[in-house]
Amino acid sequence: MKRWERGRTLTAIVEFDSVGLRYGTGAEVLRDLDFRLARGGFYFLTGPSGAGKTSLLKLLYLAQRPTRGRIRLFDEELSEAPRDALPAFRRRIGVVFQDFRLIRHLSAFDNVALPLRFAGKSEAEVEGPVREMLAWVGLADRASARPPTLSGGEQQRVAIARAVIAQPELLVADEPTGNVDAEMAARLLHLFDALNRLGTTVVVATHDMSLIAATRGAQLLRLEGGHLGDPTGNLRHPPSAVGLA
Amino acid sequence: MLSWMFPPVPERRLLPDTRGRPMPWVIGIMMFVTVVVAAAGLAIANSASVVRGGVENRYSIQIPDGGELAATAASAARSAPGVTAVRPVPEADVRKTLKSWLGDAASNADLPLPSLIDIDLAAGADPAAVEQRVRSTVPQARFTAYKEQLAPLARSLTALQWLALGLVVLMAVATAASVVLAARSALEANRTSIEIMHGVGATDEQVARLFQRRIAIDAFIGGAAGAGLAALTLLLVAGVSGNIMGDLVGGSLIGPGGMLLLALLPLAFTLLATVVARAAVLKALRAAL
Repeated sequence: MKRWERGRTLTAIVEFDSVGLRYGTGAEVLRDLDFRLARGGFYFLTGPSGAGKTSLLKLLYLAQRPTRGRIRLFDEELSEAPRDALPAFRRRIGVVFQDFRLIRHLSAFDNVALPLRFAGKSEAEVEGPVREMLAWVGLADRASARPPTLSGGEQQRVAIARAVIAQPELLVADEPTGNVDAEMAARLLHLFDALNRLGTTVVVATHDMSLIAATRGAQLLRLEGGHLGDPTGNLRHPPSAVGLA
Repeated sequence: MLSWMFPPVPERRLLPDTRGRPMPWVIGIMMFVTVVVAAAGLAIANSASVVRGGVENRYSIQIPDGGELAATAASAARSAPGVTAVRPVPEADVRKTLKSWLGDAASNADLPLPSLIDIDLAAGADPAAVEQRVRSTVPQARFTAYKEQLAPLARSLTALQWLALGLVVLMAVATAASVVLAARSALEANRTSIEIMHGVGATDEQVARLFQRRIAIDAFIGGAAGAGLAALTLLLVAGVSGNIMGDLVGGSLIGPGGMLLLALLPLAFTLLATVVARAAVLKALRAAL
């Protein structure tokens, strides 16, 4: 628990302090990121193409280390955490990739089951939740289909099901509705919202303004030229999660 | 301890089933060569041992002019302490041996031939005392240890044993190198899947187990096939040359211990491949985040 300047007792699930990121010897793609995301918050990350949204998400789901600055996730300093410590934190994060990132030779069922199996769940503990989740995303009858035989939208739904199956504390999604129709987009947003109400912090990178407009209480993060805009100061001093719901 | 070899079915599906991959073939060929070379080394070692054992206490007395002196020398040898056997070599046998070098000229009655007497000493007997006894009666007799005559052969056999051992070690190193290449290749081919697995919280240990199992299976299949084929080849060779070699060394070329060693080679190579694969995969995984 941390006590912020506003005098309210809040927990930040994500804290970035002076974070910068560069690839190789190139210019910094992210510069001086200072923000905190409240536990249980719902955030949309927007910005023009090339602004660094995907890079920021990579930092969030621990696929990349910052080249400078400090990142705390789940109240743990992870910028320089030993490699062996990361899997345990990654299991607390669900990720929906822009390019789905499904394992091509595994069935939809097995792809969705991956996080549970790597977390050491038994098959008895895997079967029910995975079937339920596939039904929820409308793919109950496609459980044994492999990704190459699924449409883009179906693959996206499998990817989303995989991201949320383990009820992560932090859900990071990169353009999650880019390949689904409006109806499915609304259902997925409803799923994210439901997870958020259960306590999951949600960060969605999107260009879809209708999606943003449809989500009451969500905060907007705008990334431009590697900088994160924070006109209200809420990102440095996040409001309570209760207030977002 | 071997639970990683028998994971649940879903875990076995995590790596794609790539039938016809080259690893079993590579290991099989290496195992074939290794078993044949190791068998040759063991056979040489056994032969060398038999030859050494047979001549360890055997000596030869040569009398240049032969004749009656040979009988005198034989008699003197029999009376010497520690002599267990005295066998004058028949002239016909000497001519037969010489025929290999001289051809029909070896049968010429005018050809001067030395008389040869083979003697065996008891273990611990003093050959110098025997020589002295013989030479006191036949001064021109030459006393020679068989092992001295066969020393060049013994050295060659020893060198061949070391060569065989060196080749087996080289094959093991080559196998380890090919396993490292195969592991890297498999990692590269499955890079995306590995990133996904890491992304959903898989540990390096969990990922490494997948590749370690795959390579262990490949190594075992290849090793067993290569060793089996080598065994058939060796049986065939033994069938062709068994009589000659068996007579030469007085029995089986490879004893039960040697057979066991050969049978363990595929298991040893499988173990080697597994350990090397695990180390290579873990090292490669640590290079990523």
